Amino acid sequence: MPTDLHRNDVRRMAEGRAQLVEVLSQAEYEQEHIKGAINIPLRVLGRETVSQLQKDRPVITYCHDYQ
Amino acid sequence: MSARAAWRLETLGFVQVFRYTAGKADWSAARLPMEGELASAPRASTLLRRDVPTCSLTDQIGDIKKSVEQTDWDLCVVVNNERIVLGLLSGEALQGDSLAEVKTRVEDVMQPGPPTIRPDLLPEDALEYMRKRSTILVTTSDGELLGLLRREDAEQAVSRAG
Repeated sequence: MPTDLHRNDVRRMAEGRAQLVEVLSQAEYEQEHIKGAINIPLRVLGRETVSQLQKDRPVITYCHDYQ
Repeated sequence: MSARAAWRLETLGFVQVFRYTAGKADWSAARLPMEGELASAPRASTLLRRDVPTCSLTDQIGDIKKSVEQTDWDLCVVVNNERIVLGLLSGEALQGDSLAEVKTRVEDVMQPGPPTIRPDLLPEDALEYMRKRSTILVTTSDGELLGLLRREDAEQAVSRAG
């Protein structure tokens, strides 16, 4: 079960080994995203697109806000 | 959306999956590093005034009026101990001089639930919310007061960008 995180946890983990993934559209990602995040839009999230992520590292997903 | 993505990642074999529930709006509002075409654009969070006066529900109008008069403001935001916005005092609510009026409790004359905007809003979008207003409160999505945005500040930012 995915764990919800507060901003401070995200900061700490992102400074370590965590991988930040913005799941909004490419257009929204290009406008603005968290520094260091990669983009995998939810509508294309699948076996092929997640191959750029490492399974032995934490993954943190985010979108705009509480959506 | 991020919740569904997180669940999907688990089905794809990821075991350390987390979700940043407040998302990039929260990150941006905290002025943490962002990248992208609009990353350096002014936002409500960079234009707002943080020194707006605040008071509590049980304060008396006379006391609030005196403290507001010592500032450049003509309003006061009603908040609780966590700085969650509960109401707004402005205009006639701060004008009364009679004994009954100065003894009135804030909660009896405040405007409850004033409109608010989020801190990541671009100034042109903020102005859409301010069509008939000269100011608007800026809060987190949890309702915590961050400050107040003046129309003139938003208009100046749009003008500079244009």
